[in-house]
Amino acid sequence: METKKWEPRIVAFLCNWCSYAGADLAGVSRYQYPPSLRIIRVPCSGRVSANMVLDALKSGADGVLVSGCHPGDCHYISGNMYARRRLALLKSLLEFIGIEPERFNVSWISASEGKQFAEVAREVTEKVRALGPARHLVKDF
Amino acid sequence: MAAPKGSVLVVGGGIAGVQAALDLANSGFYVHLVESTAAIGGRMAQLDKTFPTNDCSACILSPKLVECGRHLNINLLTLSDVESVEGEPGAFRVVVRQRPRYVDTEKCLACGTCAEKCPKKVPDDFNLGLGKRKAVYLRFPQAVPLKYAIDPEYCIYINKPGRCGMCAKVCPTGAINLEDTEKKHVLDVGAVILAPGFSAFDPSVLDYTGYGRFPNVVTSMDFERLLSPSGPTEGHLQRPSDKKEPKRIAWLQCIGSRDINRACHGYCSSVCCMYAIKQAVIAREHAGKDVSADIFYMDMRTHGKEFEAYYNRASDEGIAFHRARVHTVSPAADGDLVLRYADEQGRVREEEFDMVVLSVGLELDSRALDLAGRLGVALDADNFIATDTFRPVVTNRPGVYVCGAASEPKDIPQSVMEASAAALEAQRLLHGARWQETRTKEFPPERDVHAEPPRIGVFVCHCGINIAGVVDVKDVTEYAKGLPGVVIAQDNLFTCSQDTIDQMAKTIREHGLNRVVVASCTPRTHEPLFQETLREAGINKFLFEMANIRDQDSWVHQNQPEQATKKAKDLVRMAVAKVARKQPLPYNSVPVFKSALVVGAGVAGMSAALSLADQGFPVTLVERKDRLGGHAVKFYRTWQGAEVKPFLENLSRQVLSHENINVRFGVTVSDVEGSVGRFHTTLSDGSALDHGVAILAVGAESYKPGKGTFARDASSPWGRETFFHGARPDVYTLLELDQVFIKDPSSLSGANQAVFIHCVGSRIPERPYCSRVCCTHAIDQALKLKELNPDMDVIMLYRDIRTYGQREKLYQEARAKGILFVRYDLDHLPKVGEEGGGLVVQAHDPVLDMDVRFNPDFLVLASAVRPRDDVGGLAKLFKCALSEDNFMLEAHMKLRPVDFATDGVYLAGLCHYPKPMDEAIAQAQAAAARAATVLSRDEVPAESVTAEVDTRKCTGCGVCVRICPYHAVSPDPALRVAVVDTGLCKGCGACVAGCRSDAITLKNMGNEQILAAVDAAMEE
Repeated sequence: METKKWEPRIVAFLCNWCSYAGADLAGVSRYQYPPSLRIIRVPCSGRVSANMVLDALKSGADGVLVSGCHPGDCHYISGNMYARRRLALLKSLLEFIGIEPERFNVSWISASEGKQFAEVAREVTEKVRALGPARHLVKDF
Repeated sequence: MAAPKGSVLVVGGGIAGVQAALDLANSGFYVHLVESTAAIGGRMAQLDKTFPTNDCSACILSPKLVECGRHLNINLLTLSDVESVEGEPGAFRVVVRQRPRYVDTEKCLACGTCAEKCPKKVPDDFNLGLGKRKAVYLRFPQAVPLKYAIDPEYCIYINKPGRCGMCAKVCPTGAINLEDTEKKHVLDVGAVILAPGFSAFDPSVLDYTGYGRFPNVVTSMDFERLLSPSGPTEGHLQRPSDKKEPKRIAWLQCIGSRDINRACHGYCSSVCCMYAIKQAVIAREHAGKDVSADIFYMDMRTHGKEFEAYYNRASDEGIAFHRARVHTVSPAADGDLVLRYADEQGRVREEEFDMVVLSVGLELDSRALDLAGRLGVALDADNFIATDTFRPVVTNRPGVYVCGAASEPKDIPQSVMEASAAALEAQRLLHGARWQETRTKEFPPERDVHAEPPRIGVFVCHCGINIAGVVDVKDVTEYAKGLPGVVIAQDNLFTCSQDTIDQMAKTIREHGLNRVVVASCTPRTHEPLFQETLREAGINKFLFEMANIRDQDSWVHQNQPEQATKKAKDLVRMAVAKVARKQPLPYNSVPVFKSALVVGAGVAGMSAALSLADQGFPVTLVERKDRLGGHAVKFYRTWQGAEVKPFLENLSRQVLSHENINVRFGVTVSDVEGSVGRFHTTLSDGSALDHGVAILAVGAESYKPGKGTFARDASSPWGRETFFHGARPDVYTLLELDQVFIKDPSSLSGANQAVFIHCVGSRIPERPYCSRVCCTHAIDQALKLKELNPDMDVIMLYRDIRTYGQREKLYQEARAKGILFVRYDLDHLPKVGEEGGGLVVQAHDPVLDMDVRFNPDFLVLASAVRPRDDVGGLAKLFKCALSEDNFMLEAHMKLRPVDFATDGVYLAGLCHYPKPMDEAIAQAQAAAARAATVLSRDEVPAESVTAEVDTRKCTGCGVCVRICPYHAVSPDPALRVAVVDTGLCKGCGACVAGCRSDAITLKNMGNEQILAAVDAAMEE
């Protein structure tokens, strides 16, 4: 029986080389996690701009996850380092405009960390679920 | 020799064979790759992690296997053995016997239904019998080819025809052929490369280890499988007897290595010290830091790049290292084990452990021994395939080459290097037949779809029951039909099967589709296949998108079918929204200047230059000095006993007289522009040249204690010790003593005593790495001194003797000849002083626990090999990186040991890491083979998904220029905007996210496409 509880919708930007592969491995290993993530594959976490995160929240996402290679392991040498700085700044901006910090999550998951991916997915989902729907940036007409 | 054949036989589908096959197939040769098991991957596929980076072994290996499996010019023959090789170099006739697989690889989709239904459980040989598999099996999850096979030894039907046959009944594609028979292949090839690999030593012959009697004594290969997520315990560390998580684990080193008495193997297996440390580190990662890990060893041999740092880190993390050889393993209560050993002071100790891992050595596989016999290939005294000092991958039989652990125990990077070197030797022989037997894929011209509105086709995959067992595929397909731009949606049982692929191409043509979405598994494995289908159907391959509804949906939401179906619809909607906004992209390529620049004319540089020049590629060899030979001119002989001088004279003569080599003395590189295929380099004399590739072989330096470079760091344990080097004529470095051997050896015959101090300048905090070559070099010199005067006392003050591999025989010989070995450690450093005009050396003997004094006639310092100070400048010009130790940093420590991260630039020799001459030559040949993959082509492909600047929006702020890790973005000084060099751009998109003006975008991965997917994700 499927339980009917509110399922948050979380946009996940995953880098192609590590975290997207980690998410695949979670599947190969059949680690179960809530069906809340909508994964978007990007070449590198360094590709993720503030614009993309804000757009997700504007479109009605209840949370956002960005995940890349572990610092030092970037396929593109240093992309995740830029991501780390950029997303830290963005997080404080989001807090400033009144969005709970738990809604915006950044993690580093390698291609071999399927289990960790499932754990992060669960953790992020539960954090966002506890906060309820996000309507801060959504225009209601 | 008549016109040679343009194809090569590679025997063995481990990492060495795979690398050799890829290098050859990528530079114009057709390859038959023969593997005796059902899948390629070899031993590396069985490993959990690899040292020193702790990379997942299967993860880094898998892309190479997939490339091999998909390569148009590699003919994969699994379950096959070479029966005979007749003929001569350039024209061999090979007979291969292929055992029946009983599964049609054209039809098998690897859905796994057969194995699920097969009633016969058998020991899984991939997991070394630690787990079970079925009689119909996939060798391992990432197997290439990804096809099942039936094990005839166990199959019920094959043993009793008429019984069972369940697999054939349930196979959805009718791929099972229980009447399959053996096939004989006769192949005509120009050269043969042997890469048969190794077997792990079987310790059941060593009674004292208890292996085979006590279940919790396992080999290191067993332990790899116990750590592996795809292993019998799914990566949960459990000991075999009671599935308990072990908390006290011991590793016993040198099981079947360095043991002439019981194991009959005198040589060192080179890799066991490192893999034991790795296993201890990973075991604690799996089972917690409260796991005690104890390694019992004789000498800790961490002689490779970054190995010593790994060892130090493990030691700091609390892994215990005991310098002791365990003599008995006996049982204790509850399956525990008691180890009895003598510590360094000779006290007998007993300690209890939950589990014991035997670090077993490497030996040539018995089947490889037979193969060598059939082929007439000679073996050495240790039963490895014999090679020559100066031709490290050449066997005694002309046209037959060897690589990997079959010629000496070695680690993965060394095997990969030799594999490329073997590919090089084959090319040197067969270059006249390049591209003669290869095939190229032809595609129809592409339809111009720019002006058309999106006409999207959606193909939803059942993947057998993998997706359809959870997701309502029919419902998703119906839903897709209603999405904007979609003109057709279909569901298929297996979208990747050959018939469905053909059908898809037909559908694209018939319905005039200009965009395609496949909702199935992951693009990481299947995107290339579907993209190729688009090309076959005459549309640009970038007009494609995948929705991952298996790995990231049905497999992870198995108990929530309704939610999983909803998510699948969302994912399809996102893919449709994204693909509608995609545009055709050019298949970028860069024309190739078919010439090479080699920097540095030492042995490595000259070997690399000759390797390319012999194949007809022009080479410019740049040397900062006015002579050839580099440091090699100072060497007396190699560890195999061959004198260097005649070899070097011959090599230099060949280089100077070669029509394709232009040697430029007295110049250095001062500027580099361009990228792979089209470098433009300026030399220090102002001249410039265009070249397609570059090989950096600038060497290293010998550390000279007397020259004051030692104690820059006041915390150095040696302080400002100079050992009177440079101040007294009776203090030599190893190379200085070699000079005496070359010029006036008799001057040493009268000496009564010589002392060597090892690790001078190595393995200390300021220079933490091991210099790899000095132990062997010093011991060989000690033996030379014994040759000159057998009565001379020779004393070696050492920390660990690292005569790895077959170099161990020198150490044995030295011990047999009475050379005295006294160990020291950083807390008890030898002291050197002057006394009555002579030298006095004082050391602390740890066995006697007392100080000993020597008054040698001369002192020899086994001083470090250090990187050149100017190496950073050259690396920067070619956009290459340096390691922490200031050696040049390869693209990947395991699998790309001669490539830089910058395409088209390769490295060889001591600028990479200290290494002996045979390894430097192999690496130089490997670099040449890698370079040939570029030089053999008229153009090389470049990234198509590249950044693009909207010059109307660009303010010329330069942020993107600073961000780009590939220096692909540069400012246009005239227009004051950023310009992207598409030949350099790798498509990471860091510049896009960094742009303040939204002026730079990534083609098909721009905000337009990504935000469309985001918005679509949130639609209901």
